[in-house]
This record gives sequence, structure tokens and C-alpha cells, in this order.
Amino acid sequence: MKKMKKIVALGLAATLTVASITGCGNKSGADANTFVIGGIGPLTGDAASYGISVKQGAEIAVKEINDAGGVKVGDKSIKLELKFEDDQAAPDKAVTAYNSLMDNGMNALLGCVTTGSCLSVVDLAKEDGILMITPSGSAADITKNDNVFRLCFTDPLQGETMAAHMITDLGYKKVAVIYKNSDEYSTGVYEAFAAKVEELGGTITTAEAFADGEDFNTQLTSIKGTDAEAIFAPIYYTDAAHIVTQAADLSITLPFFGSDGWDGILDTVTDKSTAEGATFLSPFFSGDPTAADFVAKYQEEYDATPDQFAADGYDVVYVFKAALEKAASTDSEALISSMTQISVDGLTGTGISFTAAGEPQKGAKFLTIKDGAYAAAE
Amino acid sequence: MKNKKIDKQLIKNIAIIVVVYAVVAGLLYGGFLTRQFRSLLVPVCINVILAVSLNLTTGFLGELTLGHAGFMSVGAYTGALITMNLNLPLVVEFPIALIAGGLMASLFGVIIGVPVLRLHGDYLAIVTLAFGEIIKSLINAMSVTNGAMGLSGIELHANYKHFTFVFILTILTIFAIKNMVNSRQGRAVCSIRDNYIAAEAVGIPVSKFKVMAFVVAAFFAGIAGVIYGHNVGTLKPTTFDYNKSIEILVIVVLGGMGSIKGSIIAAVILTILPEVLRGADEFRMLLYAIVLIAMMIFNSSQLKERILANDIVAKFTKVKKEA
Repeated sequence: MKKMKKIVALGLAATLTVASITGCGNKSGADANTFVIGGIGPLTGDAASYGISVKQGAEIAVKEINDAGGVKVGDKSIKLELKFEDDQAAPDKAVTAYNSLMDNGMNALLGCVTTGSCLSVVDLAKEDGILMITPSGSAADITKNDNVFRLCFTDPLQGETMAAHMITDLGYKKVAVIYKNSDEYSTGVYEAFAAKVEELGGTITTAEAFADGEDFNTQLTSIKGTDAEAIFAPIYYTDAAHIVTQAADLSITLPFFGSDGWDGILDTVTDKSTAEGATFLSPFFSGDPTAADFVAKYQEEYDATPDQFAADGYDVVYVFKAALEKAASTDSEALISSMTQISVDGLTGTGISFTAAGEPQKGAKFLTIKDGAYAAAE
Repeated sequence: MKNKKIDKQLIKNIAIIVVVYAVVAGLLYGGFLTRQFRSLLVPVCINVILAVSLNLTTGFLGELTLGHAGFMSVGAYTGALITMNLNLPLVVEFPIALIAGGLMASLFGVIIGVPVLRLHGDYLAIVTLAFGEIIKSLINAMSVTNGAMGLSGIELHANYKHFTFVFILTILTIFAIKNMVNSRQGRAVCSIRDNYIAAEAVGIPVSKFKVMAFVVAAFFAGIAGVIYGHNVGTLKPTTFDYNKSIEILVIVVLGGMGSIKGSIIAAVILTILPEVLRGADEFRMLLYAIVLIAMMIFNSSQLKERILANDIVAKFTKVKKEA
């Protein structure tokens, strides 16, 4: 009898376990009047600030749209719902996050925030046939499937834009580069930049690479020894802050140019005057009068100034809204085909449209640091 | 008499494997699993292989190594490059990738094993840590691995659809390590851990066995890497930093040094736990850390001893222990 009891107990325990891992399977499509946008990005770990910004920006957009009565799809209006999952910027975690979102009835994907995660879920999204828009995944391969679109510029496009700006618009001939060769973003921007500079007739005097660390004296000294007229640094703001400080110490007065990773440098750099005059690409400027409403709402809700990632997240939600309205349906196929027909006025550009290849078409914005503050470059 | 006992154990083990497989496969192929858990099956297997193989060096040889993710990345990249360039049918190219990945990783096991023979304890740990970073930098600098951008578009030969195959590989790994530990070689490895000088004095070629433990552990880490690459489809050098090595070490420590069954259980728990906690939103990683602390304390507490000593539990654990 005792044995019997044990077997029954074991059986019950097993049933419970099974129920707990299979139970949550049928929540999907709970309500035909809500459109579930799944989000994937790092909410913990080294890259957490990007994921959190995207999530908060998207939350504000969802709230705005729902407060205004939802999205008009055909003859009825539906509400949006955002479910955001953490992937710690790791590709394998992104796969489970994606699957967990599908369990919870995701209709379209806002994500992923980081490139590696994007690459690991694009084929899954293709298999499921859902619309996927990444706010900030910038590697070229992400948009190879026709259901994937991106809001930000690709790394190569950033490099080319900056090369054209420096060589053609500003007339520099000789440029030195400092980039991070252990980072795909930095390497991607640098390679395209170098190719474009050659094409436009400029020369790269030296390309100094670094892998990690806070000491850039070697690289800067070697740049100082060349006859470069400007320095291009496609890196993130933490490294950029060290570089401008050490450049000032070495009395390098060459103007700095950067990629969109420079956004945020003024909060990191110790002496703001060292970054004075630096110009970088940025899709979003929080001092822009058109963004004032968003900035105020964001500040009220989260007590922080929104960065470009927040603006990206916000805009992607409005892209979803425009696609839903254009398609007049929540059907994924209809949404995907309507993507190329919409035009959205967002925070990161006016009249944003998308090509069939999944790339955004919008103007590039340059920011420059003037009197210790960000300002729009003319 | 003795043979009979071993046979009984073997039958029990096989029975447990068959039951576990039948339940999981039934749930998977019957379509009962949620997609979230479906995508966890292979990562669980990968972590089991990693933990069991690391246990060989950390638990049985008694040397703390912090470079396991390095071996894993060597295997992952080798395997991925092979399947991406061969374009043969799955049944041909994937086994080749697995073996090549494992062999390449064990080659690196020799490279690290030989020069650090004279080192023990903390010194060895630091050297292996540095070694892992060297591998990461090399992969970053090479063009065949596509540098910092990493590889993508790797065929998904080891995702949940091929669970049976991955499961078999996991079982083979566990058996290989378990049998090795119980063999003459394994005893020698354990004797090095227990008393280095005595082992040397009785004529055990200490260096040979040390290198052997490293090489075998590296081989299976390489295999885990190949499975990882073919499950996720993308590889980046930053995935295999020392955090990954420490993650594996945490599994081994939680499961108990030198306990294969512990490593398996800990690998399963620690892979599934963060996913189960998704409902907790921003408190997820905090909860995970707290649960981790609680489990570590429980694992070395008297409470656990008492529970294990309890009549009813003892009967269950006795069956499970042999697994």
C-alpha cells in the first residue's frame, strides 16, 4: 500500500509539473480587439540601457494611441498591447524570449534591440510570417527576409553618410580613424566609411584600432603624427568620452566626428569643453521643438531625458499603427505588404517610408556639441 | 555477484533515460509543450554537456578552470564553418562538424594543458581565464570567423526538431564521462586531486592524466559548442566571454563538485529557472540571484542532509543516485 501511495504521489507531482509547463499555451488570441506587439531587448546586463529606453519609448506611444481611442482598422478600432521580454542581448536568450512571446499571442514583433539577437530570430519570424520591425538592429543581414523592416540606418549607411558629409560637404581631404575592432557596429561603420572616403577622393591617414580599455594615448599619439585634418571615431559614447579627454591632454585640436553611438557623451565626459565642436549622426535630438511633447511625457513618466533608442521605440509603434490602418486588417501578410506604402512622421525623421528590401528612407540628422550642449548641426 | 549488481544499475539507468526521453519527446512531438519550453530543450542539453565535462576538470581533477567557454567557442566556430561550407546532406555534414569541432577544441585542450602542467589552483585558474580571452581575441581578429560581426545563417541542424539526436549526444557524453571517471584513468585523475604527491609517489604519470582530463573536457565542450551554433544560428565572439565560463562553473558548483548527477540536475534547473521567472518582469534577474543564493545555502545545509536521510526520500534518491 505504501508503494501505491508513493506512485500516486509521484504521478500527481508529474502531472503538476507537466501542467505548469504546458498550461500557459492557449492564451493566444484572447481578444480580437487587441493587437499584441511583442518587444525583445536587453533589460538587464551590459546593454540594458538600450532595451529599457526602447521599451519606455514604445510604452509612451502605445499609451498615446490607446488614450486616443486605439487604431482604426477597417471599420472597427482596436487597442494595442505591448509585451516586452528581456534577452540580455544574448542571441540564445532572444530565441526563448521570442518563443515565449509567441506563446502569449504576439501579433507583430518590435525588435530586437541588439543586432545579434535580431539575427537569431529573423528566421523564426519568417517561419511564423509575422511583421518584424527592429528599432536599432543595424547589421545588413537582418532585413534579408521580406517580413523584416528596420527603422535605423544600417552601419554601412552611417559610414557612407558621414564620409559624404566630411569629404563633400565640409571639404576635408585627410581623415584619421579610431575604431573598436572587437565591436561589430564600430567595424561595420568604419569599413563602409573607408570605402566611401576612397571613392570620394579623400585619404585615410591612419586607422587606429582598439579592442577594449580606457587608455587611448598610443592611438592618439600615432594620429597626431600624421597630417590628418579631422578624426572620425565610430564608437560608443563611453569610449568617446575617454578619447576626447585624452586628445585634449595631448593637445590634439583636430575636429572629432562620430557615429550615432556618441549620443550621451555629455553625461559621461568629465570636462564638457573637450567634446566641444564634435559632430555626430543622430536620428533624434531631445532639444528639437517637434519632440517637446514626447520629451515632456517621457520625463513625467520615467524622470529621464529620452535618448535615440526611446525615440526609435516610439516611432516603431507608430509605424505599426500606420501599417495597421493602411492594411485595414490585422493579418500579417496584409501588414507586411502595406509597409512599403506608408509614410510616417516620427521623432527620428519626417516622412519615413520603407523600401521593399526593408530599409528606411529618411534624412540624416547631424548633431554638434556647442557651448557644452547638443545642438542641431546646420 | 558483482556483475549482477552492475547490470541492475545499468538497467535502472537505462530505464530512467527511456522514461525521461519518452516523457519529453511525447510532450514535444505531441505538441503539448509551449514554444518557450520547446526552445529550452536544446539549451538544457547543451548546459548538461558543458557542466558534466567541466566537472571532469573542476570536480574530479580538482583544478579550477575558467576557460571552458573558450573551448566551446572553438568547437562552435569550427562546426559552423564546416556546415556552412560543405553543403552536404545533414546526416553527413553534421556528424563531421561535431567530430571536427570536438577535435579542434581538444587540440586547444592540449595547447593549454601542456604549458600549465606545473601550475595548481589559483594560478591555473588565472591562466585558463587568460586563455579563454586569447581565444576570444583570436576569433575577433580572424577574417574566416568574420571578426566582431560573427557568423550568421548557420543551418539549424540542432534545434528542437532534432531533439532526439541532441538528447542521444547528451546521454553519450554523460556515459563517456561517467565511465571514464570509473575507469583506471579516472581513478588516477581523482587520486591527483586527493593527494598530488602520493599519486606521483605511487607512479601515476601525473602530467599525462592532467592533460588527458583537460583534453576530454575540451572535446565535449567543443561538441556542446557545435550544438549551440546549430541551435541558435548565429555566433558572436562576445557570447563566449568569461561570464559564460562562470555560468558553467556556477552549474558545477551548485550541482556539487565531482557529482555528475548533481551537474545534470543543476544544469536543468539553472537553464529553466530564468525563463520561468519571466512573469516577474524587472525583478526577474534579482529573483534569479536570490533563488541562486537560496539554493547554494540549501545545498550545503543540514536541512538537505536530513531530508535525504528521511526514509521515503531516501528510497527515491537511491534510485536516482545511479543516474
